Amino acid sequence: MAVRVQVEDFDVGAEIAAMRLANPNIGAVVSFVGQVRDMNDGANVQTLTLEHYPEMTEKSLQAIEIEAKNCWSVLDSLIVHRVGSLKPLDQIVLVLAASAHRGDAFKACEFMMDYLKTQAPFWKKESTPQGEHWVDAKDSDDAARARWQAK
Amino acid sequence: MNIKVHYFARIKEALNFSTEEITLPNGEITVTALKNYLSARGETWANLFNGKQVVRAAINHQLVDDLAQIKAGDEVAFFPPVTGG
Repeated sequence: MAVRVQVEDFDVGAEIAAMRLANPNIGAVVSFVGQVRDMNDGANVQTLTLEHYPEMTEKSLQAIEIEAKNCWSVLDSLIVHRVGSLKPLDQIVLVLAASAHRGDAFKACEFMMDYLKTQAPFWKKESTPQGEHWVDAKDSDDAARARWQAK
Repeated sequence: MNIKVHYFARIKEALNFSTEEITLPNGEITVTALKNYLSARGETWANLFNGKQVVRAAINHQLVDDLAQIKAGDEVAFFPPVTGG
């Protein structure tokens, strides 16, 4: 299990290979990659700037991984989140979940992403031709997280 | 008691600073009580902390609800709902 918060881009293939080759018990790896979109709420996004709370960010991502491991048979996991200034088409977040069989990996990956969206201290600011603005949190993200609590 | 308070994102921008030490007359207060204390500082503060906007809080890097207790020496953070991912 690992988490990284970084300015640099990441290589999904290399991250999956490293996880897979470190443990022959792994039979399934599920990955989620988030990408910066050029359109959000009808505005043309030129730059997306990510602010975070350095002392808290890694701890909260680690807590999300531990929670996933408590719920499913997760053999390994990785969360990479970028910060700083990003552009449309840039990768912004990577979540990997590895397990013996696909079911646990699929669920753990989606769970970690839903929790990250509502629990990890990141804030997006968009720069558009009309100016800069902070992105508002979405109710649909809270609803996505709440599904897991109902189970 | 003394506490350290951090502000992030649009709250930090509205205040024009990110961190301060606050000396409170009493020991142990709730997050709600600290929000009320900050609201009383003036209009900018009241607009942020009077409850019209959702403001999340963390104590010592853990997300908490408004009933959580703040103790001497704690690091408190106030921020808007998160938007990562």
